This record gives sequence, C-alpha cells and structure tokens, in this order.
Amino acid sequence: MLLLDIDALTGCLASSACLVTQTTSGFIIGMLLFLVAVGLTLIFGVLKVVNFSHGAFYMFGAYFAMTAYQVTGSFALAMLCGAAGTALLGLVFERVFMSRVYGSDVLMQLLVCYAFVLIFDDVVRMIWGPEFKSMGMPAAFQVAPLFIAGGVVPPYYLLLIGVALVAAVILGLGLARTRIGKVIRAAAHNPGMVSALGINTGLIYGGVFALGGMLAGLAGALAAPVRSLTPGMGFSVLIESFIVTVIGGMGSILGALIGAILIGMIRSFGSLGFPLFTEGLMYLFMVIVLVSRPTGLFGKEVA
Amino acid sequence: MTRTRKPGVSRRATLAMMGAGAVTFATPWMARAQAKTIKVGMPTILSGRVAQLGTSSRNAVMLEIEKVNAAGGLAGRQIEMVIRDSKGQPQEAARVARELVNTDGCEILIDAEASSGAFAVHEVARDLGVLCIHTNSETSALTADPKQHIPNAFRTARQGVHDSIVGGSYAAAIAKAKGLKKWATCSPDYAYGRDTTGEYVTYLKRFAPDVEIISESWPKLFQPDYTEVVTKILQAKPQALYSCLWGGDLTSYIDQANIYALFSQMEVFAVNMADYTALTVVKNLPKGIHSGNRYIKTYPATPENAAWGDAYKAKYNEYPTNWSWENATAIMLLAEASKKANSADGKKIAEALRGLKIKSPFGADGTVTMRAEDQTLVGYAIGWGTTIPQEPYVPQVQAGDWKTIFELEAEWKKSKGYT
Repeated sequence: MLLLDIDALTGCLASSACLVTQTTSGFIIGMLLFLVAVGLTLIFGVLKVVNFSHGAFYMFGAYFAMTAYQVTGSFALAMLCGAAGTALLGLVFERVFMSRVYGSDVLMQLLVCYAFVLIFDDVVRMIWGPEFKSMGMPAAFQVAPLFIAGGVVPPYYLLLIGVALVAAVILGLGLARTRIGKVIRAAAHNPGMVSALGINTGLIYGGVFALGGMLAGLAGALAAPVRSLTPGMGFSVLIESFIVTVIGGMGSILGALIGAILIGMIRSFGSLGFPLFTEGLMYLFMVIVLVSRPTGLFGKEVA
Repeated sequence: MTRTRKPGVSRRATLAMMGAGAVTFATPWMARAQAKTIKVGMPTILSGRVAQLGTSSRNAVMLEIEKVNAAGGLAGRQIEMVIRDSKGQPQEAARVARELVNTDGCEILIDAEASSGAFAVHEVARDLGVLCIHTNSETSALTADPKQHIPNAFRTARQGVHDSIVGGSYAAAIAKAKGLKKWATCSPDYAYGRDTTGEYVTYLKRFAPDVEIISESWPKLFQPDYTEVVTKILQAKPQALYSCLWGGDLTSYIDQANIYALFSQMEVFAVNMADYTALTVVKNLPKGIHSGNRYIKTYPATPENAAWGDAYKAKYNEYPTNWSWENATAIMLLAEASKKANSADGKKIAEALRGLKIKSPFGADGTVTMRAEDQTLVGYAIGWGTTIPQEPYVPQVQAGDWKTIFELEAEWKKSKGYT
C-alpha cells in the first residue's frame, strides 16, 4: 500500500508542468470552498450563530443556476439567478426563522438549522426529483484546455478562480472602507449600541445573512457545470467549510481565504504524496492549528 | 424523593400486555398463508442517494406483476406486493424483511437491496426459511461462497466475477491491439470499488500479461470534486484508465475530466457508463468510452428487449436501469417456477427454480437459467462496447462468451476455496 509516495511529490515539485496543474487544481478546490466558508464566517462574525444549514444555499445556488440555464440558455443569467435566488432565500430564512433563535442556546440554534437541512433537501427532492442532475458545460467553455508552462489549465476554471477572487476583494474592501461595512462591523461588535444610534439591526442581520447565502449560492452556481446535482449535495461542502473556518479563524475573511487555499493545496498535492491519507491530512492540519493557535490562523481573541 | 404509585394498570403491566398483543398479532402468518392473495415482500432503497435505483426496481417489479396477475397469479392466487423503504441501511433492511414476513404475512421476499443490505436480508431468510430472491447484489460471494448457501435463497442479479472476466478479456484484446501497457485506475473507496477493480485488473493482466498499473486513485464515495484525482492521472500519463465509479459520481467525474481533455489523452474503460441513469444525464458525453452493458434496450438487439424497454418507458416516462431488468427477471422466474410446480408454496417454488431455464428478453441467447448448484442467474446478456453521445448510446456491443466465463469462474471458485 502506498501510504507515502515521496517520489511522486518531489517529482511533481521539480516539474513546472505538474506544479502549474496541481497549483491551479488546488486553487479551484480552494476558491469554491472559500465562497461557502466566507459566508459561514461572516454570518458567525456578525450574528454569532453557526449556520449549519449553509450547505443548503450552495445546493440551491446550483439548482437555480441549472434551471435558469435550461430556460434561458444564458450562462451569465444562470450565475445571476443562482446568486440572487439564494440571497432572497437567505433573507427570508433569516427574517422568518433564524431571527427567532438569536437569544437561545447553541443547541436550539443547531436543531433549527439541522431541521432546515432536512427540509431543504426534501424541497429540492420535491421540485427537481431525487435523481442526480447535470447542468452541462456551456458551449463557450467547451474548448481545449490552456497549456501554461506545460501545465494543463481549463479556461472555465480560470473564470471560476477570477470570479471568486473578485468576490473576495469586493467583500474585503466593502467591509473595510464603506459606510455599510463600518455599520456591519459595529453591529458585530456591539449590536445594542448600533441599535441605540437608530440603525435598524434587523435589516443588517437580514442583509448579512442574505450576503452569506448569496456567496454560497454563487459557489453552487459556479460548480453546477462540473459537479453533479443531488439533494444533500451541500453536506460534504459544509464539512470542509467548517474545517476552513476553524483553520482560518471564525469571523475572519482573510482567514477563510487563506484557509480555503491551504485546504485546496493539501488536497491537490496530498493526493500525489499521500494518496491514502489526503482526507486525514486536512484534519491533521486542522488539529495542528487548533493546538498551536486555538482561535485559528487569523482569528481574534473572543471579546 | 419517593415515587407514589398511581392506581390502575402499572406501566410494567401495560408493557407486558402490549408485548403479548404484539406476539399474538405477529406470529400467525402461518395461519394466513392460505389466504386468497399471496403477499410478496420487497425491501428496497426508496430514499437517499440511491433512491433512483430502488424506484426503478419497484417499477420493474410492478410492470411484471401486472402481467402475472392478469394471467392468473401464482397458481391461481393474485400477488400483492408489499414494498418498504430500507433507506439503504443494512440493519433497517433486515428489520423490514423480518417485519414483512412476521407481521405483514409475506410468503416470499424479493430482496432489492444493494450488497450491504442483501447480506443482512440473507440472514433473515436463513433464519425464517422463507423463499428469498436477491435481485441487486452483484457481490460474488453471496452465492459463490458455500458458507452463504441456503436452499431457499436465489439471486437474479449479475455477478461481479462474471463482469470482471468479460471486462478483463475485452480490455486485454484492445490493450494488445493498441499497445496499451501503462494503465491507471480510479474507483470509489469502498468494498465494491476495491473488489471490482481488483478482479478486473487480475483478469486484464491474465489476458494481457505486459499490462502495468502505474497509478491508482481511490476517491471516496459521493465525493463532489475530482479535480485533484483528474490532474493526478494526467501527471501519471497512462495509456488507459479503468474506473468503476457509478451514478452521479461518474457523471461529475466525466464533466470534470472533460474540461481537462482527459478523454482525448487515453482510452477510458468505465464499466458503469452504459446505464441510462448516467447516459441520459451527462450533457457532453465523450465519444468512445468503453463500457460494460448495464441495461440498454438495444442489447441484446432483439425485438423482445426493445419492446420491454419501450413498455417500461411508456409507463414510467424514463428508461429502465440495471436494477430494473434484474428485478423483472425475478418475477418472470417466480411465475414460471410456480407454473411448473403448480403451487404458490415457497418450498415447492424453490424446488422448481433450481436449474429452471426461461425465455427472457435479457438472455444472451434469448434465455436465462437459474443455475442449480449455486442458485444464481447465468446466461444473461453481458458485453462491452463504446459510447456515442446520443441514442442508442452504445451502438455495438461485443458479447461476452459464457463458455469462457464458466471455465474461469470455476477456476476462480477453486482459487477462493469455494469448491
């Protein structure tokens, strides 16, 4: 049994072709994960709830995109529908259900979220059926892959990485530089004070949840052409997103980005060097981070 | 703190009474056996990721039951199907099977479970002695291992070792013709994936000894992303790739490998490709993937098979699956055996089933046989071909040779210590 294949790993690190292919492969896995994880971390940072139903937004994003693509035939519109549809869903979900359990203990919040994991899966089953679906790659991207320094890079994945990076930059700048960003950060820090200043915190909470849902939905929409769609597809993505947020630090956007890329690289290079231990490697890394920095790489001490 | 006893019936007494009641209602399935209708129980997977296959099993059974009932049922008794969801969990499958017999009064079991559940139901059949037909488990040991053998259990599914022999010899012929020496494998990391890939490679190397496996990947079952596996295979630069990924995992893999142009760089052998569940879902099916036949209505290329596939589609608005023909075969055999025995009694039907040969749309020569020695189906259509992106999907299927299968199967059984 090949537990450790150092030759494959060093051989790859020495070849530019392999290095390029595996690095982009790591980025693809990482950037989709980032979009899901950043929503999770944002919602936690502001609302102080762990949204266990976050995977469902990823799933809905994919299904919305597929349906929009089938109806309109436009890829751009499909992405838009995936993102906008889940944003709306997030807003409604937060206002109607989540807002009722903010004061409750963690177990209550967990139960509500878990209930909705099951309900959302069944809703998808009712609307789209239990069998797996495939959206198909838009014709514009059905082209030969690019060869960069001998490495294989599919054009669609370049777009995917680009969109995710743009989302990361807009989000980071928006929170740091704009007035709305400041209000959101203030609400995260001291919601009572923000409310006393005459700002509608309910609106901010709903908005943040919608934003988180939209990012997960966008990830689902971007993944739809290359991953099969099934009820319950959000679950495995959610697990990895949790690993990302634990590594990066709960509530930190930069942490989510770095954490997601690290996980992507571990999967990509781990599958060469440790073919039977790629999954374990992710958890091992998480344990190391937790032991050495319990708040995560970029997490702040809980106030 | 002291507990005070409320007057009236105690909790313990209530429980005892309920227990006694349950036993009274549960046991007399013997007494109901001579009722007019005959109940046939069927545990299968109707929810979760594999639900589509369970549903297609149910559909096929109902299609055939209609015909049997219209022709008078089993020895004059109309069949009533009792179908329950096991959710794909072995312990649930066993519980449901037991309940179907003991509580619902089913006299025959159609076990439409995947392999994990089938072994659990098999133990129930051993315990209760009820006639049981396994319709979906392809794990060879279920019938090949004498330790598993019981007189009242049969199998109407394919058998893994048959598939491996045919797949291995087909692949070896192409490997020799095209000089494919460096092979990679990529299969899901669980019992089915490991066993099937192992057997396939064994026979491939046996027929083409200079084949070498240079890369193995074992993605986990239901993994959403295969990018790292795809690029790993590209790095290894094999001349051919074998995979027994199936269902949504296979379609994801194809979509993701497609944009890396993997299919133009090597010959791909995917045993589970030629099933309508995968064929109709993949939007950009690459041309020229080698696949085993699972169920397609064009192979065997007979009017009977085409008619059966069309009738199924007309009724359920989708094509049958591999599990569909395996379940339909169970009902066809059951009806014939009952006719031969002129009885609906499980033991008499079992006696008639041993060695029974029936006409079948799914037979390699128009017939299938329930082999007497190990009570498993032989003579079914089995072959390999290459895909095209539209119907009929696999235009030409190269048939496996049952004479070779029997020879190598006997040898395999000996090597396993089964005979």
